[in-house]
Amino acid sequence: MTRNEILTSVNEIFIETMDNKDIVLEEKTQAADVDEWDSIIHILLVVAIEKKFNIRFASNEIQNWKDIGEIIDSISSKI
Amino acid sequence: MKDFLQLKKNIKKDFSGFKTIKLAVLGDTATQFLTQALVGQGYEHGINLDIWEADFNQIERQVYDPSSELYGFKPEYVIVFKASHKLLGKYNKLKPDEYTMLASNEISSIETICSTITNNLDAKVIYYNYTEIDDAIFGNHANKTESSFLYQLRKLNFGLMELASKNPNLYLCDLSSIQNQVGKPVMFQPAMYINTEMVLSIDILPNVAAKTLDLISTLNGKFKKCVILDLDNTTWGGIIGDDGLENIQIGSLGIGKAFSEFQYWVKKLKNRGIIVAICSKNTESVAKEPFEKHPDMVLHLEDISVFIANWENKADNIRQIQSILNIGFDSMVFLDDNPFERNIVRENIPEICVPELPEDPADYLEFLYGLNLFETVSFSNEDSERTKLYQIEAERAKTAQKFTNEDDFLKNLAMVSTVAPFNKFNTPRIAQLSQRSNQFNLRTVRYSEADIERISKSGDYATFSFTLEDKFGDNGLICAIILQKENEDTLFVDTWFMSCRVLKRGMENFVLNTIVDYAKENGFHTIKGEYIPTAKNPMMKDHYPNLGFDKDGTFFTLDVNHYQTKSNYIKVKN
Repeated sequence: MTRNEILTSVNEIFIETMDNKDIVLEEKTQAADVDEWDSIIHILLVVAIEKKFNIRFASNEIQNWKDIGEIIDSISSKI
Repeated sequence: MKDFLQLKKNIKKDFSGFKTIKLAVLGDTATQFLTQALVGQGYEHGINLDIWEADFNQIERQVYDPSSELYGFKPEYVIVFKASHKLLGKYNKLKPDEYTMLASNEISSIETICSTITNNLDAKVIYYNYTEIDDAIFGNHANKTESSFLYQLRKLNFGLMELASKNPNLYLCDLSSIQNQVGKPVMFQPAMYINTEMVLSIDILPNVAAKTLDLISTLNGKFKKCVILDLDNTTWGGIIGDDGLENIQIGSLGIGKAFSEFQYWVKKLKNRGIIVAICSKNTESVAKEPFEKHPDMVLHLEDISVFIANWENKADNIRQIQSILNIGFDSMVFLDDNPFERNIVRENIPEICVPELPEDPADYLEFLYGLNLFETVSFSNEDSERTKLYQIEAERAKTAQKFTNEDDFLKNLAMVSTVAPFNKFNTPRIAQLSQRSNQFNLRTVRYSEADIERISKSGDYATFSFTLEDKFGDNGLICAIILQKENEDTLFVDTWFMSCRVLKRGMENFVLNTIVDYAKENGFHTIKGEYIPTAKNPMMKDHYPNLGFDKDGTFFTLDVNHYQTKSNYIKVKN
């Protein structure tokens, strides 16, 4: 799976979880760039991504991502 | 079952038209998601939950401070959720010689929390029991070691059951049984707990919310009273009309074990007071043969309240069962292996619950366990007698056909009634009827055992309970009246409900005579009644006018001094 394909999947998960069709993610997108993306939603996103890719993140990964690119790094290292 | 995101979307839907229930949530871990799941699941149950959520880890502060937000909110239900992981944290900090005291200390602290809440609020407490954690310090030996965490946790869960069985305002929501059903890896996700202080996984929240709502809606009088069974390939394997008595699968034949175990489950439900009815496409004599002759049958004809076997359509047959039993369709469950029959019934009677039974009968029981269809909040000895009562009712219906004159029929019944104020012997049954009775219920105010006890001791009320016995048998306690002394002149009928088993017997007249007698003896001149409409009680709409009350705004009044004693054929039993 290419980084772009992963990005597309992650984007779909964001749209579904936040119930907002207008979200367009890039590698540089940060939590501050998306209105609904608070610490509570973050947990739902993590669980949804884990389920989608059938992976598990470690606790320290979840807390240390700076942007979408780093989330994709974590995902691609596990699949 | 809907997943968490779907429940979350429910929150934005239209809850108007649903009953609003005020609920407080107190937890020692983060409960935001649980609260969202509860509101969303409320939509599935037709309940509008108005939730106030305490800040994280504020249970004691909210409960012991009389001016706290908890008491300001005045909830009807208070969920107290103390997580097993916090319990483990507490255990970890104890000195080894204190380990054995953990469970008993917790029980007494929970007891105080509950009594403080219920003494200061007119509320019921829902306590989540503890999911098991084995910290693997002792291995299997934990079971032999009182100081192990597992020993203390299980002792605590057992202590909670003892506490709840004695405390009418404390109800347990069985989180532990959910974990047994799905397994700890599904229930609990360590990374989420470490990062967020949440102990319930996202995937399990809908189950926990559903289990909680099952309890709340049952406490509000919505629950199942009857299971209707198909026969061929549901109650036994094979087709009795084709295969014959010797070849149907029950007991040790073929996959008979699955059906035998299913029948034991139904029998236990029947013993608990669930009415069992049969609805089968068969010739009646053929359908009854296994019940009469097959040595491996667990269910017998005396377990069945209504037996309908013919070639008519099942929706019509179920309507007939409903008219005999006189209970709502929404309190019935229909079990049938045939998807076609299930759909016909579902389409024609949308209120009835029709589970999508798995294809393999081996899966029936585990599937049905998971649905938790028969939630209840009370159990009395009379429940186990219910089958007999409904069979007697079927007999009575036959006798009624023989008498064209209703008066002759009623005279012939030789009815007697015991009239008594509420007391400690009849309180459980009255509270139970208060929860169950829907159709003949003028105001549908639900009272728990504790409420009934409080009312019976108060000088502001007069209370009456009525039994009804006739030549066919004893119906037991079937009616309760609560009169509120509104002022020196007026008695207000706060509660009038009756079991539908005794409709059309002249009981209304007998009850009103009793009320008027009481009023006269105690110097009251007016009896005031009220009808509060619900989806279930439209037949009570003209109850008071029919009894000679005058309409007075939204109320109905009766002038005691001009009352003519109403005729009936019920005698007071001394």
